[in-house]
Amino acid sequence: MQVDARARFDNYVVGSANRLAVAAARAVAEAPGAVYNPLFIYSSSGLGKTHLIGAIGNHALERSPGLSVEYIALEDFVQQLHASIAAGEMERFKQRYGRVDVLLIDDLQFLTGRRETQSEILRLLNALQGSGHQIVMTSDRPPLEIADVDERLISRLSGGLIVDIGAPDFETRVAILREKCEERRISFAPGVIEELARVEFANIRELQGAMNRLNAQQSLDGTLTPAQVGAIVGLPDPAPPPARTSVATDEFFSFLTDIASQVAAHVEPWKVRVGEAIGYWSGEGYRTAVLERLMDLTTPPPNYEALLRGFGQAIEQLRELERQVTTVDPQLGGDERFRDPERLNEATAFVENALSGAVPPMGPQAAFARASYQESASNQMAVRAADAVIAEPGSRYNPLFLVGPSGVGKTHLLNAIGNEITRRLGPRARVACVGAQVFIDELIVALQEGTIERFRARYRAADALLIDDVQFVAAKERTQEELFHVFNHFHSAGKQLVLASDKPPKAIDGLEDRLRSRFEGGLVAEVSVPDRALRQKLFTRFFADARLDVDHALVAYLADRPATSVRELMGTVQRLRAGAESAGTAVTLALAKEVLDPSGETPAIAPLSVSQAADMFFLDEEKIVWEWPDVAGRLVEELR
Amino acid sequence: MSLVNYATREITCKIVYYGPGRSGKTTNLHYIYGQVPEDRKGKMVSLATQTDRTLFFDFLPLDLGAISGFTTKFQLYTVPGQVYYQATRKLVLQGADGVVFVADSQSRQLEENIESFQDLHANLAGQNIDPRVMPLVVQYNKQDLPKGLILPVAELSDAINFRGVPEFAADALHGPGVFETLRGISEIVLRRLSASSSGGATAGAGSK
Repeated sequence: MQVDARARFDNYVVGSANRLAVAAARAVAEAPGAVYNPLFIYSSSGLGKTHLIGAIGNHALERSPGLSVEYIALEDFVQQLHASIAAGEMERFKQRYGRVDVLLIDDLQFLTGRRETQSEILRLLNALQGSGHQIVMTSDRPPLEIADVDERLISRLSGGLIVDIGAPDFETRVAILREKCEERRISFAPGVIEELARVEFANIRELQGAMNRLNAQQSLDGTLTPAQVGAIVGLPDPAPPPARTSVATDEFFSFLTDIASQVAAHVEPWKVRVGEAIGYWSGEGYRTAVLERLMDLTTPPPNYEALLRGFGQAIEQLRELERQVTTVDPQLGGDERFRDPERLNEATAFVENALSGAVPPMGPQAAFARASYQESASNQMAVRAADAVIAEPGSRYNPLFLVGPSGVGKTHLLNAIGNEITRRLGPRARVACVGAQVFIDELIVALQEGTIERFRARYRAADALLIDDVQFVAAKERTQEELFHVFNHFHSAGKQLVLASDKPPKAIDGLEDRLRSRFEGGLVAEVSVPDRALRQKLFTRFFADARLDVDHALVAYLADRPATSVRELMGTVQRLRAGAESAGTAVTLALAKEVLDPSGETPAIAPLSVSQAADMFFLDEEKIVWEWPDVAGRLVEELR
Repeated sequence: MSLVNYATREITCKIVYYGPGRSGKTTNLHYIYGQVPEDRKGKMVSLATQTDRTLFFDFLPLDLGAISGFTTKFQLYTVPGQVYYQATRKLVLQGADGVVFVADSQSRQLEENIESFQDLHANLAGQNIDPRVMPLVVQYNKQDLPKGLILPVAELSDAINFRGVPEFAADALHGPGVFETLRGISEIVLRRLSASSSGGATAGAGSK
């Protein structure tokens, strides 16, 4: 039903008895759905409720003509409801009212006893309020006093603002009468209107009726005097005006109304939407940095709706990924990556990894390159075997078992094999290259956490397995058991195994026979103490690495000296360098003789002081890792 | 403090009543306090000296309820007007969203008004706030006093309101002008909702 166009705010006389109601009505009309929803206006009959809600409807339409405003008296609503039930068009009825932006329902007191109407209104209230649409209702009594009404409905009705309209005071009555006279082009002698207004009518209709009577009388008798008014109108019952809201709060409510329309005018809807999303998703435990950055913008990004949708979709994907990964291992579920839509790619990769054998074990260290590994008679067999393994992983010597004393370069060769296999198999290849101790530690953790399946899956997913210091598994039955299974898996799958140890399999005490025989089943290749040729090559390289210019005689002299390991050679180079630095000379044969063979008569260089010795200790290549290859990746690995 | 937090859907407005001693800042707050329905106002905190002058500050929290879905709160503060409470004034001024300058309309107080107005600008500048961007209104209080004692609004305006900000004549003791002033400052402050509300939500959500 259309709103009565005559009902406007500018022809509604505001007095102390209705100021609050008008302020609330204006607030609602200016920003429907923003404040006081629902607004419930009650007063005795004839005090202007219908006019006021009509004014709300008209004003709201004036401000935004696109709004759908519907005025309906409850009786009509009930009739429509019954008709639509009878016609089987209940859905259409619901749809029709569900689309309304501002719904004005008059005379709600007639709800008494109408259960189905009550439930329909309750449903409608929920639907409209839920979608931010405004509802204004009037009644001749407050919600609590409407008899026989569902409690849920009453609490809904009371949920917004309840205002009453009191009987008009004298000044208001005068103003109303003047307004009506103007509207109907009636004129009275001065003082007549004031005299009439002195009578305290219970409502405005009676007042209007009395005015009409005076007007009729005037058309018969000619102009009336104020003195005649009392006789014509008769003695009205001096009903006391109903209690009205205290004037004291009026100023505050009109202030509140102003604030409400200010806020409604200045709050930016797009920021509200983005803010809602931030509040919601951060409440759900997701990182919302990408949305927070949007909030810093002063103008709405043109595609913010799409961004919000994309954000929601990303979270959906994250949830799905998390669900997938927990099927493999529940403990992976809480990972940070599933909480940040910006890391969706990372999370996807993580899950892919997890699904295909979880996080891969540590790979070979890039610093140990095959190219920098020097070959000589002392390690020839091992190096050739390594090259064969690199050329055809898994099909030549499987396993390749490197044996040699500490410090001769087994680890270097092992990692070099790993690096080369990785290069040969491509970037997606997973070459596991771990120390036996790491293998043992990971196994213990997996046993503790009950993730042994994941542990196995990780290793089995690798394309090659290289284990350093395998002698450490001696006497560790559980580790040997796992290693046995892993070994078998690799061997039968034709994947390369390389092992390194300081003792040949036979000599490892506490190694089970089933492993020993398997270790010996490929090739056991020895890396022995460097021979002279190798020492010479290594010294040449170490001096070059240390950027020291030395002559051939010095290298020959050094290579002649026996050494038990490559590390010892490195130590010699460091000592020479430190000696040269403290003496302020270049590294020469003479210096080398003085430093390395101090048995000469007069040592030109004083023996190393404690602090120098300490410096040398810290300068020792063996003690210091000068380069951390791919350190970030390794740290992440270890943190897992 | 930010004005609006879109993430938690809160609007918090800090308004500071500034002005010379005895110009009626606390009286403004008292009047407002008296008009606010019980359920909307917090406890008015007044820290006064024995002689009833504001020693530290008055604080009146107003809960305006949900407006457009935003929990809206106003915090009204007064500063002590007396010159020697400079430190407290600076403290109270921190994070203000708007300032009401309450001037004393009495002709003999003109100097104090001007001094305090300059003091306000100095304190704002001291907090690295450009006084020209801080929302500000001026209230000429005590307009109810006999005409012989007070200066007319036009004259006060010439002397004090050199920036031409919105100004209001008031009688804080009895009410006229009090809410008009509050409304005036609120309007300017809330206008900034759309312009400079950035960053607030970021901080709010980030702190979770």
